[in-house]
Amino acid sequence: MSAAARTVRPVSVASFAQSQNVRKDDERNEVEGLMPVIAEVFGNIGITKDDVDFICSGSTDYLIGGPFSFVMALDAVGVWPPRSESHVEMDGAFALYEAWVLLQEGEIDAALVYSFGRSSLGDLREILTLQLDPYYEAPLWPDIVSLSALQARALLDAGKATEADFAEVASRSRRDALANPKAQVRNDTAPDVLLQDDYVVAPLRRHALPPITDGAAAVVLAAGDKAGQWSDRPVWITGFDHRMETHSLGARDLTTSPSTTRAAEVAGVAAGKVDIAEIHAPFAHQELILTEALGLDDSVVINPSGGALAANPLMSAGLIRIGEAAERIRSGQADRAVAHATSGPCLQQNLVCVLEGA
Amino acid sequence: MSDETTELAPVTTLATPIRLDFDFTPGIAQSKFLRGLEHGTFMGQRCATCGKVYVPSRGSCPTDGVPTTEDVLLGNSGTVTTYCVVNVPFAGQSIEIPYICAQILLDGANLSFMGLIQEIPTDQIRMGMRVEAVWVDEADLTPSLASVRYFRPNGEDDADYETYKEYL
Repeated sequence: MSAAARTVRPVSVASFAQSQNVRKDDERNEVEGLMPVIAEVFGNIGITKDDVDFICSGSTDYLIGGPFSFVMALDAVGVWPPRSESHVEMDGAFALYEAWVLLQEGEIDAALVYSFGRSSLGDLREILTLQLDPYYEAPLWPDIVSLSALQARALLDAGKATEADFAEVASRSRRDALANPKAQVRNDTAPDVLLQDDYVVAPLRRHALPPITDGAAAVVLAAGDKAGQWSDRPVWITGFDHRMETHSLGARDLTTSPSTTRAAEVAGVAAGKVDIAEIHAPFAHQELILTEALGLDDSVVINPSGGALAANPLMSAGLIRIGEAAERIRSGQADRAVAHATSGPCLQQNLVCVLEGA
Repeated sequence: MSDETTELAPVTTLATPIRLDFDFTPGIAQSKFLRGLEHGTFMGQRCATCGKVYVPSRGSCPTDGVPTTEDVLLGNSGTVTTYCVVNVPFAGQSIEIPYICAQILLDGANLSFMGLIQEIPTDQIRMGMRVEAVWVDEADLTPSLASVRYFRPNGEDDADYETYKEYL
């Protein structure tokens, strides 16, 4: 175990479930979409809602266009008798961090974390504009694809990548997704074919953009005796941190991700060999920035699930990275993995989680 | 700071108009409720674990966290569990004040919902009053609560407090 591991209470990612990721689920509401995922995450390890002491969710009302959607989503769990519950207006990976912090205090031994988001209900490019500074940036309505294109342009101008590199990331991600039945965009298309796509916002062609995805995900965390009871091969969180950068895009070097680098240092990424990394990079060029920021070399298998380019359910895509990484360890395909989640425009906030097999 | 800048009044307000449009997906269970309204009926769902009937159902039992799968056709009458008399005008108000806003527990349901009470002086409304739904004309029925014009007393004796005390 890494040096960081000795300072934290061991917490296991005991179970993971995700919905089928689809372009638009127009039959079920949020609760109906979430219920099978919650049932599966408990069913995987033979427990019920009564076995968890804390519930934390990640979602945003801006996707649904209605208030307090996270309160209504609790109907999918059934919070009776009443229990301790919390919510973050962030990706579920950050909800998982909150649950992990509570588990560190040692008063509880198990937590349910879930997230849901239906990106198909509104104009996602416009909705995501509202996460910007409301005085100087949001009124100009720079949409998320345009801002990401600015970042990609900065990367090209700095000589750190080429458009062919973006196509390489997209091609590999969606080819790997062929082995992921939950993924939304799965195909084997060569980079030189992808480079014939038109620009959506130059220099980003269609393949460099994430799909718009409806989906949900859930994780059960366990500590103490429960971690061993609920898994033959517990997957331990041995390092965990998240950091954020300034809200002002103009004040950042968009070709680097210092918040990721700092989070990786604190989480202890470099303390051992990394077998696989699940990186939350919605846009193809962001994977290049993040791989460098995390200090990962060519030996690390990046996004074997296909990553966010294969399925990008907003609010869940980060939590899914942790779940996918944990499952690779549980299945024996990896011994040590890094999971990353991002939030905000152009990788403003970044979370790094190191996972290790027993 | 230059003289020019200091002479400008401070900006205290900034208007940044925002408009976003969303699709609404009622879901499988709530669609059944809405289709019921289109036919002049109240359709609920029962939880197989605790037996409670929810109207409208959102597809799950909020107590047990399991899907509600059994459809239950509810009666047209119910009981006023609690109420208020609205005397305050507000923007967009479509009903003449004063009027009565009540929580109504439909016969056969275990969840009350809010309804407008008419055809009774506001000072005669009371807890336990039995009421019935008055629907719009058949040609005007839609999959929306607008299909219910209002509730009015149905002439039955008041319900015993014991029958609705759990739903306050």
